[in-house]
Order: sequence, then structure tokens, then C-alpha cells
Amino acid sequence: MVTKDFSNTINNNLNDGSNNSLITPPNTLLEVKDLSVQFKTEDGLVTAVNGLNFDLHEGETLGIVGESGSGKSQTAFAIMGLLAKNGHAKGSVRFQGNELLSLSQKALNKIRAEQVAMIFQDPMTSLNPYMKIGDQLAEVLILHKGMNKKDAWAESIRMLDAVKIPEAKKRIGMYPHEFSGGMRQRVMIAMALLCRPKLLIADEPTTALDVTVQAQIMVLLNELKRDFGTTIIMITHDLGVVAGICDRVLVMYAGRTMAYGETEEIFYTPTHPYTIGLLKAIPRLDNEIGKLETIPGSPPNLLDLPAGCPFYERCPHAMDICRDTPPPLEFLPHDRQRACHWHPETETDTSADIHANHQSEIEG
Amino acid sequence: MSLIVDQPTDIILSPAKEIKGRSLWQDAWRRFYQNKAAVASFFILLLIGAFVLFVPLFAPFGYAETDWNFMQAAPSIENKHYFGTDSLGRDLLVRTAVGGRISLMVGIAGATVAVLFGTVYGATSGYLGGKVDMIMMRFLEILSAFPFMFFVILLVTIFGRNLILIFVAIGLVSWLDVARIVRGQTLSLKSKEFIEAAHVGGVSGFNIILRHIVPNVLGVVVIYASLLVPTMILFESFLSFLGLGVQEPMTSWGALLQEGSRTMQVAPWQILIPSAFLVITLFCFNFIGDGLRDAFDPKDR
Amino acid sequence: MMTQTSNSSATQPKTPLLKVRDVHTTFNIKQKGTYFWQKPATLKAVNGVSFEIFAGETLGVVGESGCGKSTLARTIVGLIEANSGSILFNEEELVGASKKTMRMKRKDIQMIFQDPLASLNPRMTVGDIIAEPLRTYYPKMKKSEVQSEVREIMKKVGLLPNQINRYPHEFSGGQCQRIGIARALILKPKIIICDEPVSALDVSIQAQVINLLQDIQEEMGLALIFIAHDLSVIKHIADRVLVMYLGNAVELGVNKAVYGNPTHPYTQALMSAVPLPDPIAERNKTIQLLEGDLPSPINPPSGCAFRTRCPLADDECAQIKPVLEGNINHRVACLKNKVDVVS
Repeated sequence: MVTKDFSNTINNNLNDGSNNSLITPPNTLLEVKDLSVQFKTEDGLVTAVNGLNFDLHEGETLGIVGESGSGKSQTAFAIMGLLAKNGHAKGSVRFQGNELLSLSQKALNKIRAEQVAMIFQDPMTSLNPYMKIGDQLAEVLILHKGMNKKDAWAESIRMLDAVKIPEAKKRIGMYPHEFSGGMRQRVMIAMALLCRPKLLIADEPTTALDVTVQAQIMVLLNELKRDFGTTIIMITHDLGVVAGICDRVLVMYAGRTMAYGETEEIFYTPTHPYTIGLLKAIPRLDNEIGKLETIPGSPPNLLDLPAGCPFYERCPHAMDICRDTPPPLEFLPHDRQRACHWHPETETDTSADIHANHQSEIEG
Repeated sequence: MSLIVDQPTDIILSPAKEIKGRSLWQDAWRRFYQNKAAVASFFILLLIGAFVLFVPLFAPFGYAETDWNFMQAAPSIENKHYFGTDSLGRDLLVRTAVGGRISLMVGIAGATVAVLFGTVYGATSGYLGGKVDMIMMRFLEILSAFPFMFFVILLVTIFGRNLILIFVAIGLVSWLDVARIVRGQTLSLKSKEFIEAAHVGGVSGFNIILRHIVPNVLGVVVIYASLLVPTMILFESFLSFLGLGVQEPMTSWGALLQEGSRTMQVAPWQILIPSAFLVITLFCFNFIGDGLRDAFDPKDR
Repeated sequence: MMTQTSNSSATQPKTPLLKVRDVHTTFNIKQKGTYFWQKPATLKAVNGVSFEIFAGETLGVVGESGCGKSTLARTIVGLIEANSGSILFNEEELVGASKKTMRMKRKDIQMIFQDPLASLNPRMTVGDIIAEPLRTYYPKMKKSEVQSEVREIMKKVGLLPNQINRYPHEFSGGQCQRIGIARALILKPKIIICDEPVSALDVSIQAQVINLLQDIQEEMGLALIFIAHDLSVIKHIADRVLVMYLGNAVELGVNKAVYGNPTHPYTQALMSAVPLPDPIAERNKTIQLLEGDLPSPINPPSGCAFRTRCPLADDECAQIKPVLEGNINHRVACLKNKVDVVS
């Protein structure tokens, strides 16, 4: 197990501060190092995100999983530069070698929509109810690609076809309220992909949708991923969605990384008590479970975080050191991370009762 | 059955002392207290209130008493007419205080009556809905379209100038807006789940209005009431200015303004002093109203 | 391992606690562009639903938005009037019952709501909220007795009794839901209708509340009508399952039968759409995607409401409206897919 020590990494050895793009490997799209986000509120300073580290490679899909207060949405807003006025991001977010956190709003506007796009949870409030969707779509192209209105509309119709909206030519002149929830989310996705961004951040895109509609959207995202080569960050609380589309998973709790790694490793061989607890607490369609094993307690109050591990009060393996010292982020093989003082005796110990059906497929 | 507990075990074992809750009113009051303009206004109003209450009790002159030696005299300290006298030689200090009593009383009482009646009307109309709501609202709209000034003039012509009349006239007009606002709030509350829960719990319609709807519209009502008081005072001043208000020699700030306006060029203190009081009072109520609105900001719910 | 209650067997010796027969609930919708003398359109929110529930068992009602499950819940509890049909509670008719009868029945049929915080009056203390039903039905009860009952119930749902004077906004979502459950329990009802009680809660809290409901059900012998859109939750908690689509009951049966052998095409599509927290299984499964959108409930398709999106639909489906048929453990309303009459 390697504890994080920057001076040993290749990046720092080559870093003379001049040309950053020389150092990052060619297909790394996003490098996040020690990202922290704090908010000045009426009741004090709130640390919503606390020391995130991950790299995102082209074509990958990263899932950020957490419950309320985990900081997953604020991570996305920090990357996009969309934090509220009382929010402040520290650390480093490098997109294709360029530091995002220090850019001006003007420079960020150039990057948004063209390089990094975002779709949100509630399609009703993300679309302007007074504008036809054709106008909203064309606006993006006119602003960012300098197209004229005619070309912009034509391209928008093409994109609506790509997201499988039937009769796109007719529907492009309609208003958001004339669409169903699933359709509106497709329009959002179309709008986000218009400029062919390299990175798409999806903040709980299917939470407000019905299950069958959610399935349609997930299939669509998978296809678009394949056709456009988009890298996706999927923020969600639904572990099923993560299992279906994400290559890697980042599990967050109270703003910190709890676990990070390849999806199959995290699901089949979880080692962090929070991940294990989550997987045991969800009712499943594919298993006969008896009583659900719950995680006692409630999600944390960010104003009143304990000195040590934020999960201390709810953890079945809590030790004295957990109360006083926050667990350091460990870096493991296969680009895996975990932050926990407790270590399971054997890697496969805790997975046996979760995935009895897939023992043969577990990586050794 | 295992006890599924939401709290860590060490808290259960400690003695169960009842924790005092922090109600939303207390939160709002704390926020209000932080608004300096509102708090200052509140104290200024208290001062003005003390002024109008106690000055006539301790002043050397009566409000209708003519001082033949000092007719239309400027404010001075030696002759004890600190605010001067009006054209009939009456001490302006006492008259301002007494006039203030009338104006404030009309303002506060008028607003109170309007709020009480309007809240009950609006809450009932909104809660009952359907045809009853429609009829009640149509009635309201007819009243609002009423040519109010003519009605007041009519009343004054028939009954003479009477303080009670002022109350009636003002009260008849002002409850309308309150009713509309409360009805709107009630409608949006009606669909809230805790109202449904009250139904399911067997609570009667009357008790739902009393216990569930009214406390939750009170926030809006209090804000509106504090902004209604200056309107009432102004309105009374307007009536008095037109000569339809209180009967001489009783006065109000509006009546004082009317008298003062006639002698503006030779005795400016006659208009300046009552108008200063009026303006300051209005400002204070407005600041308080704004402070209340910020304090009750629903964003924090 | 949770044991299924014995009611799920083929023999049902007892009389059902609640018998719902062909209930219709419609709303009149004023459509834009029409004049006031024109008849308003009718929205058939619940379009002829029938089922039964026995004491001590959980009926899961599952369906997506627009299926009418929330309206059905509110019709049973009396918040909305049913237009036709019959709801028999202990053999007493609730549809069209007098206000007095409904009031008495309210003691036995209670409800918990979806949004935990919105279901509590923000201006009342928790103690008053929980005590309100008790004070309404037993106004002569002494204050001290009421207080002690409230404290008992609070302990039972996992709340610390010393919180009794706090206000709803001082609690978390999960705790608010517990308060709602306490309020529903204090009259010791026989049925509790749970309208999506865990949908608004975090995953780790959902499990706590589900367990709590199951424990209380076992202890008090309650019947639960559990409404949700999450099939996994229903599978875990329900003895019998009712699947709804556009106001109609499309499948009804015991848990094992419906989940083991989903027969109605909609149920099959619904099951296949649920994302599994199992990467390999989830990526390799075939989803039955539904074409098109939900039809408008003001103008539902003729015959079978599902035919516009059904892969098996043909002309017959447009003409005949299917009804629930099958055996005592499993019934389906479909002209194409049938269940054996003998289980």
C-alpha cells in the first residue's frame, strides 16, 4: 500500500512550471488534485469538498456516488466554475493540461459548452419555458460556433435525431412544457452535445425520471458515448446506474473520498465500510435478502464534522484512531484509492455474502 | 423487536432532559434583530409612542387652549411653546402629540381590524374553495371596484364628522388586500402534505384553518400588516386634509398638515413639525416591514 | 431471512380487511381553449381497480408517474371521493359513506406521505404533531396521558423522547419520516397506506425506515399498502404486488409469482429496466425498452391502455379492454399473455 507522496511522482520531477502540457499523458482529459470547496455561510465555514484526487482519461466514464451532503454536486460545479458566490475552490483541476480554477469567467465561458458541458437533474427548470427549444439549441451554436440561425437550426435538428426524439423537425418549434420529462432530458443532452464537448458532466440526470424512461436515457448515453467518444462524469446516488455505465467509481462521504476504483472492483470486492454498508443496505431485484442491514445514524452535518473520519459515528469497524485522525488517502494497485484506518483481513472476506452469484467472476 | 435508533448509543444512556426546540418564530426574530435599520426604527417608534402618550399629560398647555399672548408664534424656549403655536394660538407641541395619538391609533387599530377580518375571510374562502370561494371572491372584487371616496363623503354627509366613521371607512377598504393575499397563501398551503395529513388524522375543517393554515400565513400577514399601518395613517391624513377627518378641535397629523399648509409661507413650523413626525413614523414602519420580510424569508424553509 | 406471511399461500380462510372493487376516480379538467359552457374533460386517474388486502400483510402498489397509485391511495383514505365502485373495510362500505362514518373509519386507516418535511406543520412542535390525532379523537384525555402516549410512540419509532418540544426543521429527513410514522401509529390503526415513504430519503436511511415499518407491522399486526415506483423496495417488503399502468391494474399476485414470472408486457419492461447494482449483470442484460410516451389519461387508448407501447399488441387489443384473470396467486390483465388458471 502506497501512501501519497507527491515528490515521488513523475509529474513533479518534470514540473518546471513552464509548459504543463508536456507532463500529462496524452489521453488524460481531467486531472483533479486536492480539490477542496468551501462556502462562507451565515452559520460558519462549510467544507463541502475536502481533498479530491482523480484522473479522468478520454472515453472513460466516472461515476461519483454519494448521499446528501457528500459534496458530489459541488465537485461538478467547481470543475465547471459554477460555484455560488460564497463558494471558493482550492487545489488543482487541469483540463487537457490547462488549470481551470484560475481562469476568468470569460475564459471559462469559452471552455463551457465547447469542451465541457453539463446536464442537470430537473429538465423542467434547466430549460427556459418561454423559448422554443429550437431557439435554445440554436443559441448555443450561434454563440459558440458563430453559425447563422439557419445552419444552427439544421444542426439542432440533426442533434435531436441523434438523441432519438421522434419527428425532430416538427418538435423543434415546440416549447419545453409540451414535452414529457424523458423528452426534455433528451433535449438537455442534445443541447449539451451540440458543440461536441470532450467532457460531459451529468448531475443526477435520471433521478427525476421514471424507471422505464431512465432505462431509455441510459441506453442513449451509452450509445452517444460510443458514437461521439464523450468522456462522462456521472453524478448519482443510484448504485445501479453506476454499475451500468461507469468504468470507475468515486464514493464520497461528507466531502471526502472514501473509495475510488474500477467499478467491478468496487462492487465485487469493496473494502471500505461505507461502500460495504451501502451495498448491503439497498434492496435488490436480483437477490433474496432477509432483513436489510442498515447503516445506523444519519448523513453528516457539514457544519459540525468530527475531528477524525466523518463516517466514525456510523461505522461498524470504528476504532479510537478514527475519532481523532482523518484517514489518509491510500493509493492502491489498479489506480484504486481508499481512505480508512481499518483494513479487512482478506480482500474477498466481505464480498462473499453480497455477491454469491458472481463468485467465479470476481477478480482474484 | 430491535430498537432502531437514529442516534449513537451514548446519547441514549444519558438522562433524558427535554430539549427546548427552536421555533421558526425564534429564528425569524433572531434575523430581525440583526437588521440594524429595523431595530433602530423600532426604538424610534417606541420613542414617538412615548411622546404621543405622555406629552399631553405633562404639557403646560391644553391642545385646544388658546394662548392669546403668542398667536402664530415661532418655536421658542422661553415662552414654553417648544414647537411654536398655530394661527389660533394653540400650542403645537401638545397638538402634535394629541394628533399623533389619533393618527397612530387609527393606523394601528385600522390595520389590526383589517388584518383580523381579512385573514379570516381569505383563509375561509381559500380553504373552502369551489363555489363558496368563487362567491366570496366576487363579492370582494365588487367591493374593490366601489368608488370609495364617494362612499366616505356620503357617510360624512349623513353622519357628520366622526372618528368612528373614519374607522369604518378605512376598515372597509383595507381588509380587501389582506383577504386576497391570505387566500392566495391558503390555496398554496392547501395542497401541502401536512394539511392532507391533518385530514387523515380526522381534524375538522375549522381546526385545520385555525391550527394549520393561519399560523403558516401569519408570517406574510405580519409583514403586510406592518406595511399597512403607514398606509392607514396616510389615508387618515388624506381624509383629514380634505376636511373629512376628525372634528375640530381634536386633531390628527393630517389635519395639522392641512392647517399648516395654509400658513406655509409665514409660519413654516406649523407644517414642518407635524410632517416631520409623519414622515419619520412612516419610514420607521416601512423599515420594520422590510426587516420582517427579510426575517421571514421563505428561502430558509 | 424474512418469512413470508402465511397469507401468501393458496388458501385464504379469513375475510379480507379491505376489499376494493372496481373503483373509478375521475377528475374534471378544464382544458385551455374551451368555453365555460363546454363540458370539461375527464381525467380517469383510477380506472376500475380491484384488489384485497388481509390483516398483517403488505400489498405493494408499483407503477410509474401517471399510473394513478397516489390517487388510489388518497381515494382509499378518503381524501378524494371515488366516483364509483366499492371499498369495503371490515364489510363496511366507504364509498359514499357519511362524514360521520368516514370520521370513525379514519381511526383505523392512516397514511404516511412522501415528502417527510412537507408532511409536518412547520409551526407545531413534534409532540403536538404526533398528539394531534389522539387529541382529535379523544378530547377528554388528560394532558399527561397524551404526553406519555406520545413518548411511547416516539421510542417505538426510534426517536428520543426528549426531542418532544423540537420543531420539524430541526430534524433530518429520516427522522421526519419517523415522526410521520409515529403520528400514523398513535391511533393504533389497522391499515397504514404508505405513499412512497422512502423515495425522498437517502439510501442508507431508506433501509432504516423500511426495517422500522416491517418491525412495527410484525408487532402490531398492521396491514400496509406500500406505494412505490422502486421495484426493488417492493420486492423486499411486499407479500403481494399490484402493478398499475394509466389508472388500470395490469398485474396482481403474490410476490414470488409476480417477480418470478412477470407476465404482463409492462411488468416485464418495468423489471428489465431496473438498474442492478451488479456491473456484469447490468451490462449484459437485455432491456425491454418501451417505445413512445405515456398516453394522456384524458384520452386513453381504446381497449387496452398499454397497447400503444406494447410489442405484442394487435387489433384485438384496441377493441377489448382486458381484465385481471388468472389464479388466486397471480392475475394478469392481458389478452396476449396469460397466466394458468390453476396455480
